[in-house]
Amino acid sequence: MSGLLTGTWWMTQRRLSALARTPAVLVMTLVQPMIWLFLFGELFKRVVELPGFGAPSYLDYLVPGVVVMNAVSLNSFAGMATMDEIERGTMNRFLVTPVRRSAITNAGVVEQALSTAFQSLVIIALGWAAGARYPGGAGGLAVLVAASVLVGVVLAALSNTLALLLRDRNTIIGLNVMLLLPLTFLSSAFMAKGLMPAWIRHVAAFNPVSWALDAGRAAMAGDPDWGSVALHGGWLLALTVLTIALAVSSLRSYQRSQ
Amino acid sequence: MAHAIEADRLVKHYPGDVRALDGLSVTVGRGEILGLLGPNGAGKSTTVKILTTLVRPDAGTASVAGHDVLRRPGRVRRAIGVVAQQSGADPGAGGRANLVLQARLHGMGGADARRRADELLDRFGLRDAAARPVKTYSGGMRRRLDVALGLVHRPQVLFLDEPTTGLDPEARASMWAEIARLAGDDALAILLTTHYLDEADRLAGRLAIVDRGRVVAEGTPDALKGELRGDAVHLEWGEAPDEARVRAALGRLPGVRDVVLDGPRLSARADDGASAVPAVLAALDQAGAPVAAATVARPSLDDVYLRYAGRRFAQADAAPDAAPEPAAIGGAR
Repeated sequence: MSGLLTGTWWMTQRRLSALARTPAVLVMTLVQPMIWLFLFGELFKRVVELPGFGAPSYLDYLVPGVVVMNAVSLNSFAGMATMDEIERGTMNRFLVTPVRRSAITNAGVVEQALSTAFQSLVIIALGWAAGARYPGGAGGLAVLVAASVLVGVVLAALSNTLALLLRDRNTIIGLNVMLLLPLTFLSSAFMAKGLMPAWIRHVAAFNPVSWALDAGRAAMAGDPDWGSVALHGGWLLALTVLTIALAVSSLRSYQRSQ
Repeated sequence: MAHAIEADRLVKHYPGDVRALDGLSVTVGRGEILGLLGPNGAGKSTTVKILTTLVRPDAGTASVAGHDVLRRPGRVRRAIGVVAQQSGADPGAGGRANLVLQARLHGMGGADARRRADELLDRFGLRDAAARPVKTYSGGMRRRLDVALGLVHRPQVLFLDEPTTGLDPEARASMWAEIARLAGDDALAILLTTHYLDEADRLAGRLAIVDRGRVVAEGTPDALKGELRGDAVHLEWGEAPDEARVRAALGRLPGVRDVVLDGPRLSARADDGASAVPAVLAALDQAGAPVAAATVARPSLDDVYLRYAGRRFAQADAAPDAAPEPAAIGGAR
């Protein structure tokens, strides 16, 4: 166990120092969510006037949507870094040291989690500057950030699994293109559930993006619904554990397939 | 522990019916440098990947530093240093950071790791570049860092997979000097793979010649060359000559043997090359196949390779999949 912890620590430190060397990347990837936030925020401003929408301002409703959509988008490219490491020979260099295989995967999870949390906080702050208000306070925001991190880890784990099993950059780009829009638009990211067509509402109920949003919004309400937070957060957590296990086993399978 | 490396009848198939290893066996003693020599695609890298726990063989057994690679991969990893064909160093990080991380992954403490990193930076002439990102290093510096990375934890067995491929002659010479220094360490066993004949000749105490997934000959470079009696005679025509005529003409000459004709090139052995050549040239002139160029040489590893693998090294290297049957005329085999 201590081997796993120290291994994870060293592998994580390596990835974070790589991130620290190129902080511009982290800021540049924020441009896209900014555009979503302000474009959607302006374009759909008056949706809240629809009877039954149930939010005082669309920006208030939109911020969690953009936070989670950004987590999906950012992390579905995680496999690219893994591809770099495979092609450069770095992956094999680590695989022939005694470091635990799961420490290699964990380091990626921690890095993705931290950069997702950072970006989520920036989006929340910019939303606030634009006039969004968060009645649930710090507790509610913490749940939203945690939920975005879990969704991000799920996507990152899937992206890494594709990288390890298929070793093809186009497939990873394909994952982003194929999943980003359906995952976000077939969820409660931009439209209140009560106003969705019935079929989308049914699909959204099984969408992990919706689980994250339901948990986040339930906690951010003036009167938080902690039961809903626990339920949706629980599903999300279970899916996260499952996808990390998938990524670890695909690392072993990568090793066997060389 | 009898041997540092023992591989017994390793077999490895890849999808698409590629038989990378076909019963390869090899042993390396402690303090020995074994050169695994063969063209691209002969199975050298697959052998290294199996012995370094990256790949599982389909059949056969192997142990490294006394540990079974399949049953005890963790122990094998602690005992080995690997310099793979691809660098594997983190290009954004500095040389020292790469070394310290590698040391920590091998379980060394902080002070110990830093001391060892500095020691290796000095030894490999990288002290001045220690903090610079590795992507700014020259090819030779990068390769020296790779070797340093492989040595960080003072391994018992070191794998050098094509350590000088892609290096310019100067960097190659300095890498050779470095490897020769490593050879002085009695506790370290080295398995060196290369497709450079001169590199194998110069560095390896013992050689295993690999062709199509098997070891076809084994011994010290001198012993392997010594098995080829006499000098090598190489002839060349402008275009491929008539095989039957050449065969008939050379067949009449005593002391000329092991004739291998390969397109417009011919190799043969002669007890005394210098005195055999005039007779050979005259005989071929008479037979209507006048020779364009002739050279006589002491036996080289290329000749050894030709003898055991049945084809010229450069040719096998250029087209590892093609396996042309050279025309052997009046040969000893």
